[in-house]
Amino acid sequence: MSTTQILIAGFGGQGILFAGKFLAYKGMLDGKNVSWLPSYGPEMRGGTASCSVILSDTAVGSPIVSNPDVLIAMNLPSLDRYEDSVVPGGTIYVDSTLIERKVRRTDVTVHYIPATRLASDNNTPTLANMIIVGKLLSVMQDFGTDSVNAALKKVVSARHADMLDINLGAMKLGAEN
Amino acid sequence: MADKVLMKGNEAIAEAAILAGCRHYFGYPITPQTEIAAYMAKRMPKIGGTFLQAESEIAAINMVYGVSSTGKRVMTSSSSPGISLKGEGISYIAGADLPALIVNVQRGGPGLGGIQPSQSDYFQATKGGAHGDFHMIVLAPSSVQEMADLTVKGFDLADAYRTPVMILADGTMGQMMEPVSLDYTPKAPVEKPWATTGTQMQREHNIVNSLFLAPDELEDMNMKRFQRYAAIEKNETLYEEYRMEDADICIVAFGIAARVSKNAINEARARGIRAGMIRPITLWPFPTAPISAATQHVHSFISVELSMGQMIEDVRLAVEGRAPVTLCNRTGGMIPSPEQVLQAIQTAAENGGAK
Repeated sequence: MSTTQILIAGFGGQGILFAGKFLAYKGMLDGKNVSWLPSYGPEMRGGTASCSVILSDTAVGSPIVSNPDVLIAMNLPSLDRYEDSVVPGGTIYVDSTLIERKVRRTDVTVHYIPATRLASDNNTPTLANMIIVGKLLSVMQDFGTDSVNAALKKVVSARHADMLDINLGAMKLGAEN
Repeated sequence: MADKVLMKGNEAIAEAAILAGCRHYFGYPITPQTEIAAYMAKRMPKIGGTFLQAESEIAAINMVYGVSSTGKRVMTSSSSPGISLKGEGISYIAGADLPALIVNVQRGGPGLGGIQPSQSDYFQATKGGAHGDFHMIVLAPSSVQEMADLTVKGFDLADAYRTPVMILADGTMGQMMEPVSLDYTPKAPVEKPWATTGTQMQREHNIVNSLFLAPDELEDMNMKRFQRYAAIEKNETLYEEYRMEDADICIVAFGIAARVSKNAINEARARGIRAGMIRPITLWPFPTAPISAATQHVHSFISVELSMGQMIEDVRLAVEGRAPVTLCNRTGGMIPSPEQVLQAIQTAAENGGAK
């Protein structure tokens, strides 16, 4: 019996909600109970975005993630705001291209991924989000499973089928870094 | 069994409405329910339905009034301030004994308030909704699946009892995504001999109207309507009991507040406190009987709400002074945390039902 509470936060346009949707779909296809809740307040209009994703073996109660097991911080304001809320023993993924400082907490595991630079070097500047997701899946030893492909097909619209391999490539890049 | 898909609560309402045979949607955009209108704008033209963005909420509800009088399934949706604008039309629809589905994805108030989730339209929804002697059936979904299921049920209830039905959701329910299965077998359409569909020179005119100047006639209409309400109260009350078998402490909560409360109840149980929940699914009719029955073994009730305490009045009416009823709440768009609810449970456990 386990529940993983994930909080993804960054600027609008970084694909925060998309990354969350992918993880939620993957969880659902893996047979878990899932929920996905975006921020939709005025802060969204100011340029920041976040979403709560819960993956659980039991029914999901509150869909609101206040104390994440996993935090993905894709910009400095997000790390500043949510670092202290991560549960002790939790994991923080940091886009180290955009966040120059180190995580201050000493009771969490931290992965620094230069995701924005990797994305740009890979000619997929909009996929820093999926690079970090790839890293997350490799850390959770959950990369390369069938549900990764199946979940991608659910979130990438048929019109953009060419984006499937590009997203997979970005995730692979993250997994290897 | 249809495949499960991830959908926002707002989208689930829209798709379920279409599956329930609704082909007419009138609305005006307002956060946090705009996805309903957006979904309808995309889908309705493809299936021969009507999507119309009205010039105002008042116009939209009166378009609902018009279509409903022809016997077609019809709906509108809005959020709190917009629902207030629809009040007059809702009263007319109730007064003319017409079915309609009205969705309120609540946000903080009063006034324009904010755009974050709230349950502070409970009084408005359950105590009538506008002027005059009437009720709406009020359905309170607590998951995306229920957003869909209760939409379908709402249309059926509206037709069966010739009454407006309100889905009372909140910003969280509208915005969140969960897996949902949209697997409905459509029921045979209800006969609507009262509908204004043209006489074809074959019958008397049908008149749809809420104006009755003769007081004895209006009294008679109201009495007949309340006979239907009595049947609704008897047959249609819905609720969920969660870990209530041996509960000492009973939370009463609906919608997002019930989701948060489940976390707190599980944590309280892990600490040896026997907590449970009665979750109203119909807010009108309110599940008075199970709450009253629970006083046999429950020593304390807690009403968990995203308001300054509105449903708590109905809980107290059901408990009839046999146990203390306390409030655990946030307001203005804030949501109680599981820790806050757990604290309220612990306080109730320590007091042990002392009044």
